[in-house]
Amino acid sequence: MFDFDALINCFGMASCAVNQLTSGLIIGMLLFLVASGLTLIFGVLNVINFAHGTFYMVGAYFAFSTYLFTESYLLSAFVGALGAGIFGIFFERVLISKVYGQDILMQLLVCYAFILITDDLVKLIWGTDYIAMGIPDEFRLAPFRIFGGYVPPLYAFLIILSLVIGILTILLISKTRFGSIVRAAAENSPMVSALGIRVPLYFALLFGLGCALAGIAGALAAPVRSLTPGMGFGILIESFIVTVIGGMGSIPGALIAAIILGLTRSIGSVGFPLFVDGLMFLIMAIVLIFKPTGLFVKGSPK
Amino acid sequence: MSTFTLFKKDISIALFSVLFLILIGFFVEHPWPKDFLISIFSFGLLAMSLNMLIGFAGMVSFGHAAFFALGGYAFGLLLQSESFLTNFGALSIIVAFFVSIFITGIYSAVIGAICVRLNEIYFAFLTLAFQMFLYSVIVSWVSLTGGDQGLMGGIARPVFLGIDLSNSLHRYIFCSVIFVICILLLRILNKSNFGYSLRLIRDNQERAEFLGIRVFRVKLICFVIASMVASVGGIIMTLFTSGAYPEWAFWTQSGEAIFMIMLGGISIFLGPLVGTVLLRLINDVVQMYSSHTELVTGIIIMIVVLGLRKGLVEYLLEKTGILKK
Repeated sequence: MFDFDALINCFGMASCAVNQLTSGLIIGMLLFLVASGLTLIFGVLNVINFAHGTFYMVGAYFAFSTYLFTESYLLSAFVGALGAGIFGIFFERVLISKVYGQDILMQLLVCYAFILITDDLVKLIWGTDYIAMGIPDEFRLAPFRIFGGYVPPLYAFLIILSLVIGILTILLISKTRFGSIVRAAAENSPMVSALGIRVPLYFALLFGLGCALAGIAGALAAPVRSLTPGMGFGILIESFIVTVIGGMGSIPGALIAAIILGLTRSIGSVGFPLFVDGLMFLIMAIVLIFKPTGLFVKGSPK
Repeated sequence: MSTFTLFKKDISIALFSVLFLILIGFFVEHPWPKDFLISIFSFGLLAMSLNMLIGFAGMVSFGHAAFFALGGYAFGLLLQSESFLTNFGALSIIVAFFVSIFITGIYSAVIGAICVRLNEIYFAFLTLAFQMFLYSVIVSWVSLTGGDQGLMGGIARPVFLGIDLSNSLHRYIFCSVIFVICILLLRILNKSNFGYSLRLIRDNQERAEFLGIRVFRVKLICFVIASMVASVGGIIMTLFTSGAYPEWAFWTQSGEAIFMIMLGGISIFLGPLVGTVLLRLINDVVQMYSSHTELVTGIIIMIVVLGLRKGLVEYLLEKTGILKK
């Protein structure tokens, strides 16, 4: 089960270490985008979007179809994000907002039904087979050489872009008018609506933003992962682990926790492939026992 | 003795039900009703035990099917092990039955100790996460569990006390007796002081603490008992299919169990059981007319949840005026 020799060997060679670190960062950064959407929605609306993985899947499939027509990776990533965002606003307005403030049982069932329906729709539209998008033409370039390891330009681009999106999201929430209204509404929504602001509109936009973050993660991941109906559920569980470790509602916490998990995955795949999931859950359990609010959120657990 | 007098009515209903189920077994020749009923026993226990968490104690678990699957896998694996069978011989089934429940109890105590302290949303998500953890263990530990093919090759069913579980009538009667015993157990727990403590915790946890109830302990005991009952459901399914399948541990199984409860209504004791029957019938009908079962099931759930906003059974009872609002 454990192969520490392989692990030590890998870290003895700079090239192997660089490869594992980059793949860990890729996993981590994509996970961060999904988890930041989840944590954003929870932080403001106080609902867990159990259907969050669906928007990751939808983003990936939209991007795939756009890429088939336009052959432009950037455009397809944009369409993936936009499509997931609009789909998210639809989901929020038509379905999940009807059960706000109700028993969590109702929210669970709405999300469960929504996942069943979208998974089946994806099967109807794109088929049940695994789909591979392949490396887009824009990125068919010679890899960078760092310490003897090869880093494909696409990977470097993905890591930097995810980081930029994360920073922009933090700025949007902390510095802009939109962000302050949303944060105020999270604290006291009757007060904010008494000031003449349409709170439901802002909530819907925020929900859409969270889903768009999941969607762009799916779209960006399309060239490096294979697409399959139901692909969103695994990432939902992982991004939940990220938010538990990083702290619900904290985007910087999500970033650090996502990188920890990404590195755990990539390094674990060399040293202890069968125990990777176990280790992720173990980290989560330890955080929950000793600091239930997560590593980066102060205060007592609710 | 006091338990007996207190629950005289429930116990006699249980005896009557067993008798009725056995009569069905003897007088119905066609295998379909027996097979249908065994699957109802199995998934009914899953739904009824989940309702002990959701309906009695207000702990909305989204990962209850994990314990169902664990019970089924443990039972199947024990009865596939040569050394286990030679050690216990004719008693294998009985020993495997209790050992599987015990294993599930230990596992659920560990998961419960981590989860029951948390608030509602965290609890739902964490139980789901741990269920998916079990699922990934089952799927990736191919040498033990057969991976995504499931536990193949059939299980041994040695004859004990004259009961031969390879015989479909014996199996049916065995399962129906176990089923009714479990339901009776849940009923007694529901009506006992323990059940009242759970309802108090559900309605007002702080008050329960002030009254001296050790909330954490009571919740944990409830979680473990519910998991053990769910594992009995899994054991029945393993006996029935002579195997175990990773789908039992997949999250949709838990979603389905929640919908069963919702269909039948959480405020009626036997509601989840009615929900189980309803969902089975819905599934069968949908499968007959459409290959896109998930799509149709999803739409039905949306209609029930957003349209009726309560269980179908509760809705009908309120409409007809039997149950007051």
